[in-house]
Amino acid sequence: MLDVSQLNAWYGESHILHGVDFNVQQGEVVTLLGRNGAGKTTTLKSIMGLVGKRQGHIKLNGREIVGLRSDNIAKAGIAICPEERGIFASLNVTENLMLPRVVAPGGLDLAEIYTLFPNLKERANSQGTKLSGGEQQMLAIARILRTGAKLLLLDEPTEGLAPVIVQQIGRTIREIKARGFTVLLVEQNFRFAATVADRHYVMEHGRVIDMIQNAELAANMGKLHDYLGV
Amino acid sequence: MFMILGYPAPLMFGQLLLGLINGAFYALLSLGLAIIFGMLRIINFAHGALFMLGAFVAWGMLQYGGIGYWPALIVAPIIVGAFGVFLERTMIRHLYKLDHLYGLLLTFGLAEIIEGLARNQFGSSGMPYAIPAALQGAVNLGFMFLPIYRGWVVIAAVVVCLVTWIAIERTSLGATLRAATENAPLVQAFGVNVPRLITLTYGAGVALAAFGGVLAAPIYSVNPNMGSNFIIVVFAVVVIGGMGSILGSIVTGFGLGVVEGLTKVFYPQASATVIFVVMVIVLLARPAGLFGKAT
Repeated sequence: MLDVSQLNAWYGESHILHGVDFNVQQGEVVTLLGRNGAGKTTTLKSIMGLVGKRQGHIKLNGREIVGLRSDNIAKAGIAICPEERGIFASLNVTENLMLPRVVAPGGLDLAEIYTLFPNLKERANSQGTKLSGGEQQMLAIARILRTGAKLLLLDEPTEGLAPVIVQQIGRTIREIKARGFTVLLVEQNFRFAATVADRHYVMEHGRVIDMIQNAELAANMGKLHDYLGV
Repeated sequence: MFMILGYPAPLMFGQLLLGLINGAFYALLSLGLAIIFGMLRIINFAHGALFMLGAFVAWGMLQYGGIGYWPALIVAPIIVGAFGVFLERTMIRHLYKLDHLYGLLLTFGLAEIIEGLARNQFGSSGMPYAIPAALQGAVNLGFMFLPIYRGWVVIAAVVVCLVTWIAIERTSLGATLRAATENAPLVQAFGVNVPRLITLTYGAGVALAAFGGVLAAPIYSVNPNMGSNFIIVVFAVVVIGGMGSILGSIVTGFGLGVVEGLTKVFYPQASATVIFVVMVIVLLARPAGLFGKAT
C-alpha cells in the first residue's frame, strides 16, 4: 500500500532523513521504532507533506506522492494523528471531530465514532483543549477515522498517558485494523508496539536499519535492546 | 428642555448617535482587520484605502452606470473584495515567510498608491453621494430627531458584524478558519486548501471595508482621504480590543465610538484624543487588549 524508498528530508538546512526504505502492506499495522532523534516523526511528517524539503519516492498504491502538497496527500487517502495531538483550542470537540475533510467513502460515521469513544460524546461541546490528555488523544485518533483515508499515521499515541488509557488505545488500534485500516505507528514503547503491530522497522540516524516480524520479536530481544538502548 | 447630568438631552443624544455612527465604521473596519490579521498575520494598512475604494466604486456606479445605492451596497464590496483577492494572489502572498513588518510596509505602500491615484483623478475636495430616497428624512423619537439614514447605518453595521461573528463562531467554515488561525499546516494536512482559504479571507475582510465605504458615502463626501481619516483611530481600536479578536473588535468599535461621542459633550477639546488615551491605559494595564489572549 505504502512504498517508501530512498527518502531524504530536511528541516531548513539540517538533513534529517538519509535514504529511508520501508513498506506497509494493506491492512497491516507497522511500527517505526528507534531512539529519540532517529527520524521517526520526520518520516511520518514527510509522508504527509509537512516537511519543507524532501526527495526520493513515496508511493501510495503505486502513485508517487512525494511532490504533492499536504492537502492533496490527504485527498489521496492518508491521515495523520500528530505527536502533539494537534487539538484546536478554539474549536469544541464536535468541531475538532468534523474538521478533517472526508476524502473517500468508507470512513466511520459519527455514531460509530461515539460507540468507539463514548467519552467524546459526553464532552461534545467542551473546548478541545479542556479534555484530559487521554481524551485529547482519543479525539485526535477519532477525527481521522471519519475521513475515509485508509492509511493512518499515528505518532506516539501512548506518550505520557496512564496505563489504562494506553490499553484503551491498544484496543482501538486493533479495532481499526479489524475494520481494514492500515496503520503506520511511531512508538518509543516497544512493549506496547508488540501488542498491536505485525512488523517493526528500526530506525537510526535517519535510516531504517532493520525489520523484525512481531512473531520473532521475542527471539530478537537482545538485538532490540541494543538498538533502542533500553 | 430636560437635562442629563446638567447637559441638554438633545445634545447628549445627538452626540451619542454620532458616536454610534462612527462606532459602526470603527467596528466594520476593525472587524475586517481582525479577520485578516488572525489568518494572514498581516496588519493590513491598505484597509482605509479599500474602504475609500468601496465608496468610490459606489459613486462611479451611480455616475457612469446609473446604478443606485442598493445594488451598490452589494456589488461594490464584491468588486473591491475581488480586487483584494488580486492583491493577495499577486503580492501579499509572497511575504508570508518574511517578518510581519514587510506585510505592513507593502500594504502601507498600496494604500498610498490607491489614495494617490484617487486624488490625482478626482481631487481631494470630495463628491456628494445622495441618500437613497427610501432613507431620506428624519423621525421624531420624542427626545430627539433621528435622521433615518444614520439609524440605518448603525443597524446595517450591527447586522453585518453579527452575521460575520456567527459565520466565524458557529459554522463549519468558521471552524476551519479558526483552526487554520491556530495551526495552518495541520489544517492543510487534513485536506483543506489553506492557500485558497487565506485568499478568500483577505477578500472577505476587504469586502467588509468596502461595505463600510458604501455606507459612509452619503454621510461623508466621497473623497480620497475618507479612509485615512478613519484608519488611524481604527488601529487604536484594534489595539484596544486585542489583535485578531473578532468579538473584541466589534464591541470595542461601537464602544469607543460612543466614548468619543460623549467626550464631545463633556469635554469637546479631548474628543479627538480620548481614544488614544484609552489605548495607552489599556496597553499599560492589559497589553494583549481587552479581549485579546496573552501569547
